[in-house]
Amino acid sequence: MTNPAIAAQGVWFTYPDGREVLQGLDLRVEEGERVALLGPNGAGKTTLALHLNGIHEAESGAIHVGELELNPSNLMEIRRRVGLVFQDPDDQLFMPNVAEDVAFGPANLGLSGAELDARVTEALAAVEAGSLADRAPHHLSGGERRRVAIATVLAMRPDVLVLDEPSSGLDPAGRRELVATLQGLNITQLVITHDLPFALELCKRAVIMDGGRVVADGSAAEILANDELLRNHRLEMPFGFNQAGS
Amino acid sequence: MGVGHAHALYIHEHTPIHRMAPEAKLVAAFAFVAAVALTPREAVWAFAIYAVTIAVLIRTARVPARFVAVRLTTIAPFIVFALFIPFIASGEQVELLGVSVSRDGLWGTWNVVAKATIGATVSIVLAATTEIPEILRGMSVLRVPAPLTAIALFMVRYMELVAQELGRMRTAMIARGYDPRWLWQAKPIAAAAGATFVRSYERGERVHAAMLARGYAGAMPELNHRRANRSEWLMSASLPVLGITVALVALVVT
Amino acid sequence: MHAPDGFLNAGTAIATGVVSVGTVGAALRQTSNHLKDRQVPLAGITAAFIFAAQMFNFPVAAGTTGHLLGAAMAAILLGPTVGALVVTIVIVVQALAFADGGLTALGYNVLNMAIIPAFGGYAVFRLVRRVLPRSASGVIGAAGIASLVSVVFAAMAFSIEWLFGATVPVPFDTVFGAMVGTHSLIGIGEAVIAALVVGSVLAARPDLVHGAQDLDRSELANREPIKVRVVAIAGVLVALFLATVVSQFAAGGPDGLEKVASDTGIIESEQDHALSNSLFAQYATEGVDNESLSLALAGVAGTLITLAVGFGAFYAVRDRSGQPNQDAARS
Repeated sequence: MTNPAIAAQGVWFTYPDGREVLQGLDLRVEEGERVALLGPNGAGKTTLALHLNGIHEAESGAIHVGELELNPSNLMEIRRRVGLVFQDPDDQLFMPNVAEDVAFGPANLGLSGAELDARVTEALAAVEAGSLADRAPHHLSGGERRRVAIATVLAMRPDVLVLDEPSSGLDPAGRRELVATLQGLNITQLVITHDLPFALELCKRAVIMDGGRVVADGSAAEILANDELLRNHRLEMPFGFNQAGS
Repeated sequence: MGVGHAHALYIHEHTPIHRMAPEAKLVAAFAFVAAVALTPREAVWAFAIYAVTIAVLIRTARVPARFVAVRLTTIAPFIVFALFIPFIASGEQVELLGVSVSRDGLWGTWNVVAKATIGATVSIVLAATTEIPEILRGMSVLRVPAPLTAIALFMVRYMELVAQELGRMRTAMIARGYDPRWLWQAKPIAAAAGATFVRSYERGERVHAAMLARGYAGAMPELNHRRANRSEWLMSASLPVLGITVALVALVVT
Repeated sequence: MHAPDGFLNAGTAIATGVVSVGTVGAALRQTSNHLKDRQVPLAGITAAFIFAAQMFNFPVAAGTTGHLLGAAMAAILLGPTVGALVVTIVIVVQALAFADGGLTALGYNVLNMAIIPAFGGYAVFRLVRRVLPRSASGVIGAAGIASLVSVVFAAMAFSIEWLFGATVPVPFDTVFGAMVGTHSLIGIGEAVIAALVVGSVLAARPDLVHGAQDLDRSELANREPIKVRVVAIAGVLVALFLATVVSQFAAGGPDGLEKVASDTGIIESEQDHALSNSLFAQYATEGVDNESLSLALAGVAGTLITLAVGFGAFYAVRDRSGQPNQDAARS
């Protein structure tokens, strides 16, 4: 059996205030897959994302990225392999301008000079944001901010992209452009979202998380057509999308 | 609130002063202002030369004179104070328009007004020609400790966002009829400030997570930046060299 | 608010510059030992908060507004060391990027508006907390009083620098009396706002209030009503106390009484202006020109400030060693 892109096995995690957010979570994503991760607020989706590149440390269980098992000695390599795109681009874009922000990751990996510049250009081109290089983050539109946030992790040439609510706060055109951008990236993706039509458009496979565990895993078309399953986990297709995908 | 300092002073233009490396500009501004501060107040001619110099500077940087004048209001309270000095200062008294004032005090007024105005004008030109991140970069080139410039970088990036959060909360209060006029009505607005502090802190935690996710290991990476070259240093030095020369001559003459 | 170039002489500018740079250097060394990388974005974004809070209008009286200096509040929320650093950075950025405050005046501006009120204010906070009950209300009350005194400390410090660095022979007593008098009033506003802000943070995230880290859950939950009005009254009392102490020194004779009377008159007529914009009242009075009195006054004020700042630094060191890496445990 080949190595999965990412695999979480029996992951438990409790916040210092006592909330048990992950309760023995198992999830496996194969290379090249694009998977939607759904679930109600508080299901532990974002917490899981923070585990996948070692920002939170699980109390028990294991995380694998490719052939590597996450441990403190390979943290830097794991963080290169798993690119995390945060929910609020303002949290992700902390440098004075776009080019410097995109350079932040690869510079931490030790790149400099012309090599670093090339990496920045490449990442911005991948999200069609080359013209934004010199702009300050607070002068970007919502859609531009989101694309640049993706570029900041693409610049590290990750193996897996984990996106937290990428379509939130976007206008319809920005959302459509984002779908196109993500479809154009030849890279494994785990997309955390509440936006079910977005999930359906983008992903073949969907996973529902609730109470810190995976409760459903299968084809996106089937899961999103299962009204009862969705209802049980506080999810629903927007009005007008009856019987998604069928 | 007098003159708000939320708005950056930067004026987008293409002049040699705009293009100059920030570290060169910082050194020139500091050295020139220090020379002005050291100039004896009796050397009125020296201040005339300074005035002409900064007029040329403003012209070269294409900073509108009106803009400078408006920004100079930040020193107004100190000027007002300076105007009172002759009436309260001790020492030899002279008649001015029929009022007895202190001769030393008159010189004191002149001293504060002249030096504060020239100093503030130089600062305004510096800020109008240099974007804030550039100023911080210049500081780190000049060996200001990295944690200070890094903290300042985050502050500058997020200050507008934080101010907007506070502003939105206030708008929401005004929309519901809140119109505080006295200190004891300040509780809601202070609570909004407290909530903003909590949000700012939590944003700090998220930003830190976002940095870790991209391999941050405790030090901001060195990015490719242009350093000031020889000709820039020479060009920027013309300002302090002129200032120091004038100050020295003034010190010797008076 | 921020003194311009040429206000004090070169010697004072350099001496205060050396003190400020030294203190900031020591503070940096101390924070980098304990709090590491995480502190940088956190300190930066809380600096953005202090910056925003400083330009925010708070109602004062009859529709006029005032601003926060915020150094004592920053010290109580973030700890004295980080608080002093953050406010220092705010002041430096204001001078360089907003032309607010002179470049050669940075030494005394940082000393008076960041270092002294942060460390001195934090020392007062800790001392007052010993008297007040161990509860949320106690913390809030102490935050108010510390903020008031921190503003007065800043005024005293400026007066002492004036004694050494004035470019004009204006009697020290005049400057001291007017500065401290005005700032006792300004301090009341500072006290109320800072206490309310600290109170609202305590209610939402008590773990973020550095000055309340020693309290447990039940103590934090205890909010016996020390209301805004009580804090304001306490502030007035402290202000009256300070004013009395100061006038004891400043009023050397019958003309001294006259001075106090006219001082207050002027302060009142210029109150709106003083509270909204200016660090200075207008000093249009004849001072008591008595050199030994001046020196005694300056000596007492200087000792007070030094003691307070020393205590603040002491607490800063002790807080850190007593609670190793609290922040890291939270992440």
